[in-house]
Amino acid sequence: MASDALTSTDYISHHLQNWTYGLHPQNGWSFAHSAAEAKAMGFWAIHVDTMLWSILLGLAFIFFFHREARKATAGVPSGMQNFVEMVVEFIDTSVRGSFTSKNKLVPPMALTVFVWIFLMNFMDLIPVDWLPWVAGQVGANVFGVDPHHVYFKVVSTTDPNATIGMALTVFALMIFFSIKVKGIGGFVGELTLHPFHSHNMAVQVFLIPFNLFLELVSLISKPISLALRLFGNMYAGEMIFILIAIMFSAGMLLAAVTGLSMDTILGGLLTLGGALLHMGWAIFHILVITLQAFIFMTLTIVYMDMAHSDH
Amino acid sequence: MNINLTLIGQSITFIFFVIFCLKYVWPPIMNALEERKTKIADGLAAADKGKHEEELAKKGAAETLRKAKEESAEIISHAQKRASEIIEEAKDAARAEADRLVHAAQAEIEQEANRAREHLRGQVVTLAVAGAEKVLKREIDEKANEDLLKDLVAQL
Repeated sequence: MASDALTSTDYISHHLQNWTYGLHPQNGWSFAHSAAEAKAMGFWAIHVDTMLWSILLGLAFIFFFHREARKATAGVPSGMQNFVEMVVEFIDTSVRGSFTSKNKLVPPMALTVFVWIFLMNFMDLIPVDWLPWVAGQVGANVFGVDPHHVYFKVVSTTDPNATIGMALTVFALMIFFSIKVKGIGGFVGELTLHPFHSHNMAVQVFLIPFNLFLELVSLISKPISLALRLFGNMYAGEMIFILIAIMFSAGMLLAAVTGLSMDTILGGLLTLGGALLHMGWAIFHILVITLQAFIFMTLTIVYMDMAHSDH
Repeated sequence: MNINLTLIGQSITFIFFVIFCLKYVWPPIMNALEERKTKIADGLAAADKGKHEEELAKKGAAETLRKAKEESAEIISHAQKRASEIIEEAKDAARAEADRLVHAAQAEIEQEANRAREHLRGQVVTLAVAGAEKVLKREIDEKANEDLLKDLVAQL
């Protein structure tokens, strides 16, 4: 079973490797054929699968919502308009609940965040091998590459680049609106005059470094927690799906190789157990993906609210 | 899990989607929702108004009905009074007429009786004269005279 263990490791690492296009020190601009090559490309590389799926799903969101928005009437809503309105109202209520200032950007941003992240997370519910297998077949038969070198990660939110990218955008908007609303003085003051405050000038000057340190930590922790929470949850979920997949593919393999024996029953049980586990985890995961999308949205709204409000 | 250009790509994609949503998705849907909200509010207000008006109309109708009933009752009592009046008047008239007729009849009867009396008196006088004449012509015949007077008396 030593080889099995090896293939399991391969299987996992293969599943966790992005399809990368970038500037390789030796090969120039090319697709990476292995994890090592992808690593060698450093910063000047792009995860094609992440971009592809996030853009595809984003376009799907925009296309769908835009179509319904164009047709939206004040009359009796029908079919999909109901659904779209329900989502929009839900977002609007959330924004009204947590965002106290006026900013036209925040509600549509919350909507985009919620639906887009939900869709990207939703890809997690598609069995882990389907789309990579299709990609492998296309790679092998159309482009003539070894299917083992075709990497295809379909859940964009399991790529930290995606979550950090979004979190940094939110962070940038936070800082932008902080400065816009409170002015540079107000923004700097917020970083330096809290939480320790003194009316004595000299003491205040002495306190500034401590305040700055504390406030910077809390400021910087915002985008990091935002990004890593989503990434961590989705990555862990994906990982568990992969492990379950290994479990029941191992069971099937066992049953197929050993023929009629006790192992057949064991293999069958493993397969059945794997299928049940997969189903259970998938059902649970429906909750997780929705919750994570919702949390990202809510935190975005809350951070934007903090950027708009004076202490 | 390398941090690379994807991060920037994602940020750009994110910003693009947010801007698109801000421009083309959010406003029309919110407008439609707002419009519907006002429509519904208007509809509810109109329904309330309608109900109120209906109530007023009902009250008005009841009032009119009540008035009509009162009026009709009044008219009926008037009519009844008038009818009894007319009957009384008719009775009075009839009584007066009857009295008048009775008086007339009595007067006529009296007149007739007077006339008959006059006539009788005339006849008595004539008879008396005739009797007297006869008496005068046959003075000698006492017996006959007596018979004649007896005749006269019988004729009276």
